[in-house]
Amino acid sequence: MSRRPYIRKVERGWWLGHRRYVVYMIRELSSLFVGLYCALLVLGLVRLAQGRAAWDGFLAVLSSPLGVLFQLICLAFAAYHSVTWFALTPKAMPLALRGEPVPPKAIVGMHYGVWAVVSLVVLIAAGI
Amino acid sequence: MSENVTLEILRYMPEVDSEPHFQTYTIPYRDDWVVLDGLNYIKDQVDATLSYRWSCHMAICGSCGMMINGEAKLACHAFLRDYRHGVIRIEPLDHFPIERDLVIVMDSFMEKLSSVKPYVITQEKKSLSDGENLQTPLQLMAFKQYTLCINCLLCYAACPQCGLNEKFVGPAALALAHRYNLDSRDDGKEQRADVVASNEGIWECTFVGACSEVCPKHVDPAAAIQQTKISASLDWFKARLMPGADR
Repeated sequence: MSRRPYIRKVERGWWLGHRRYVVYMIRELSSLFVGLYCALLVLGLVRLAQGRAAWDGFLAVLSSPLGVLFQLICLAFAAYHSVTWFALTPKAMPLALRGEPVPPKAIVGMHYGVWAVVSLVVLIAAGI
Repeated sequence: MSENVTLEILRYMPEVDSEPHFQTYTIPYRDDWVVLDGLNYIKDQVDATLSYRWSCHMAICGSCGMMINGEAKLACHAFLRDYRHGVIRIEPLDHFPIERDLVIVMDSFMEKLSSVKPYVITQEKKSLSDGENLQTPLQLMAFKQYTLCINCLLCYAACPQCGLNEKFVGPAALALAHRYNLDSRDDGKEQRADVVASNEGIWECTFVGACSEVCPKHVDPAAAIQQTKISASLDWFKARLMPGADR
């Protein structure tokens, strides 16, 4: 008897069938907005180098309703990306102290701690 | 009063079917039956043409992996009582060609598994008279969980990257490579790196994490792959920044 293995195609909507894949796809999508915000920062540097008028125009666009909305969306996705990434860090970076594994919660907690410290430093440096 | 349960099983018989189709079976319900018991009942009492793999019935042999209501499961590890709310849909493992009914073709996995050299490789051959390769409990702890893999392939069925790129070495093989790389008796890391640290190796993984969620032995291949990414990156930098470093 000859063999005739059947190969099933992966459907386009494969990720819609299970919550874990939806959560994953949102995490992947979030990196797009993180990237867009990075591009915005680079654009800001370019405008700054072009002089006062260009920089003021850039700030005006940022503080317009659409600009604020864009930044809020980016913030939401960046927060989602960070929170889901922190939750995964114990897998990627298991630590051991004196032969005993560090509890996953402690590793996640350390990331939030570093996040808080870095945020504080940035806020102080920005003079807020 | 006797209760029944309905199983909807994907059938494919290459000598008569051009493509797979679902066939429905209604069988008696038993509180202590797993899905595999239901399949065995069908095979013995209803339809002897149904094909599936199984052996131990106790989540050790890793033979009875299949999709149960869309989730990769061992049929011996899934109680009928947990799926009583409706029809139970049973399909062969995703991301593998179907040989017949619930039997998949696993040749690709066997090749991937052997490509990562999943065995202890030592630089210097020791003779028997030299005694055992001693290992402390701490050294064992570093890799012990990865030794529990039973090659059931649930992780390959759950991993979307395995479905999208058939060349991806995949979770179980990469976790086993990590297991031997972490073994204090092993010197084979460099030999495995060509496959493990390639585009089709760890870098094809996007950390979905599904492999670890479905693993019936709690092996956590996702963790193994992320740790390998870090270690491979460090090796890459070391090879370029440290004078005289091999890799």
